Amino acid sequence: MKRVFVVLLAACAALATGAPAEAATLDNIKARGSLNCGANGQLPGFGMPDAQGIWTGFDVELCRAVAAAIFNDPQKVKFVALTAKDRFTALQSGDIDVLIRNTTWTLSRDTQLGLNATGINYFDGQGFIVRKSLKLNSALELNDAAVCVQQGTTTELNLSDYFRANKMRLKSVTFATLDEALKAYDTGRCDAYTTDASQLYSVRLKLARPDEHVVLPEIVSKEPFSAFVRHGDDQWFDIVRWTIFAMLNAEEFGITKANVDEQAKSDNPEIKRLLGTEGNFGEALGLTKDWAVRIVKGVGNYGEVFERTIGQGSPLKITRGQNALWTKGGLHYAPPVR
Amino acid sequence: MTDLAAGPESHVAFVRTTPAPHVARPPLPGGPLHWVRANLFATPLDGALTILVILLAWWTVPPLLDFLIFDAVWSGSGRDACLPSAQNPDPGACWAFVRTWFSFFIYGPYPLAERWRVDVFFALLVFGTAWMLWLDAPRRDLGAAFFFLALPTVSFVLLRGSTTIGLEVIDTALWGGLLVTLVVASVGIVVSLPLGILLALGRRSTMPAVRLLSIGFIELVRGVPLITVLFMASVMLPLFVPPAWSPDKLLRALVGIAIFASAYMAEVVRAGLASIPKGQYEAARALGLGYWRMLALVVLPQALRVTIPNIVNNTIALFKDTTLVFFVGIFDFLRTIEIARVDPAWATPVTSTTGYAFAAICYFVACHFMSRYATGIERRLAAGDRR
Repeated sequence: MKRVFVVLLAACAALATGAPAEAATLDNIKARGSLNCGANGQLPGFGMPDAQGIWTGFDVELCRAVAAAIFNDPQKVKFVALTAKDRFTALQSGDIDVLIRNTTWTLSRDTQLGLNATGINYFDGQGFIVRKSLKLNSALELNDAAVCVQQGTTTELNLSDYFRANKMRLKSVTFATLDEALKAYDTGRCDAYTTDASQLYSVRLKLARPDEHVVLPEIVSKEPFSAFVRHGDDQWFDIVRWTIFAMLNAEEFGITKANVDEQAKSDNPEIKRLLGTEGNFGEALGLTKDWAVRIVKGVGNYGEVFERTIGQGSPLKITRGQNALWTKGGLHYAPPVR
Repeated sequence: MTDLAAGPESHVAFVRTTPAPHVARPPLPGGPLHWVRANLFATPLDGALTILVILLAWWTVPPLLDFLIFDAVWSGSGRDACLPSAQNPDPGACWAFVRTWFSFFIYGPYPLAERWRVDVFFALLVFGTAWMLWLDAPRRDLGAAFFFLALPTVSFVLLRGSTTIGLEVIDTALWGGLLVTLVVASVGIVVSLPLGILLALGRRSTMPAVRLLSIGFIELVRGVPLITVLFMASVMLPLFVPPAWSPDKLLRALVGIAIFASAYMAEVVRAGLASIPKGQYEAARALGLGYWRMLALVVLPQALRVTIPNIVNNTIALFKDTTLVFFVGIFDFLRTIEIARVDPAWATPVTSTTGYAFAAICYFVACHFMSRYATGIERRLAAGDRR
């Protein structure tokens, strides 16, 4: 008993002196043989297990991409389902190596929590859904509308901000849970329903007649999703950040899961640098030369992953919108590999 | 008085000489109508309550049956099956959804190829439980050894895997569904019973250090809600110890639940110990038995017999409390349903209701079985007292 106590004290002391003596995260992962990735356990399209118990979703595929870059095997990931409450603690305490769980990048999260956002992987924002029969084309026509919203969320605050900024009158009807708010909207208690756009699409399927409802084009808040890593390990930060850049660059150059081997023979210098047939950029990251090939072979490029998990190939059918590449009118712009 | 004894010839007007004819007894109040009157409409208040209850049943039961059975959708491969259609304009429960997700409710994300291990665990658990619960079973001492020692060890190796015997290691993050619920509940029970007995004995001990420690432990743990213990174990503990020492998430929750259940079990057992008359202790001492043999041979058999209904009651409560691990991100049975109900492939207005109805039915069946068992035991023990 006494010995245990002494050991515990020593542990606390070690922590207090700020010496969790973090070995490089990458080395830990390699020694362990798998990546520990914090994910959302129940957000359709982003992270949840399917009926066979296999994890699916956009965030989940990004975790697999990181694993593919390290191990050349996208299956070497251990997913840890996290709630909104315990997600940051799990990362801070080292339970997970990277957090990819539809987490909005904000200044306070980037600074006060001892974490770093690695870069935007999905542009989300709050949107509205209304009945087609109302014949609305824009959220600006919602003056005097009753809007169903979940209580005590940033969604509720954004809603009132938006109406105030546009000098519209708001009758918000608040509910404790998303489900109740949706039910109220479905039964005609409200004219519109609002939540993050990424969820509007899955939520629409729960309505009695989904085809009679339409998502309005306006996005009234900025919710950029990013992966998070701990402060203090820049190499690991670079790996996570560049995994997503590699997927974006691969899409830009037309490199897909199917044609990646062919593309590796390309003469295009940009493709050669990305796929490691020229230069040793992968080694600079602490990975191998063919790191990008591994990623694309393992999960596909950004566009492929998007369409498969949340886009047209999924029940959600989210359009690319802001998440298209900069060359196609979207916001995704990955720095060059050189 | 001599007149009366004078014989049959003496005629006294008020004494009859012939036996009265047999008359059928007056009808006892009976029949269904009487039963209804006596039991349902005895007083105006009774009558009003009866009508109220009948109306309530009339309003709730038929729609419930309609939803659960008559309008329910039993087969289908996607959300279209459970959406309103021409044949079924107002679909009820979407059981097709439960059928699709059923294996996930049982195993969670446990790898498909290794699920036979979970099946073996279930079989062992049923076997061990039956051996323990069936009071006339042969060699119940062996049964107890199996349930409290062999079962936990074997199950751990089986479910987690071990490279030395060639079973692939399955991380506990992949455990889920009914498997986790049963693991959490049975670990809680298996640990809390012995630990609870020790704590109860400690609390009644004459040694001050032991008594104070026991009281401190029990009161401290009983003084905080289970959810606090779980949050401490899952959120705070990893911050205090380096990552390498941090036990995995399920283990942390298990320890939290076991500690919590032990404190409650200790109080239940203490009540049993208090019910044993002092004479029993003194008689055991007089026979020359030491402390442990006195407990094992005289006191505990009686005390535990009295507390069996309460122990089962605790078990039911613990079984339901396991759903709280939901809050620390472990896929227990309820959580798997929570996940499945947001599946866009099955997103319909009735999906959530169906999922929750299924959970309610499962929990009710399990808890009802346990409570029936407790009632049976109680009746059996009461038989001894009636003699």
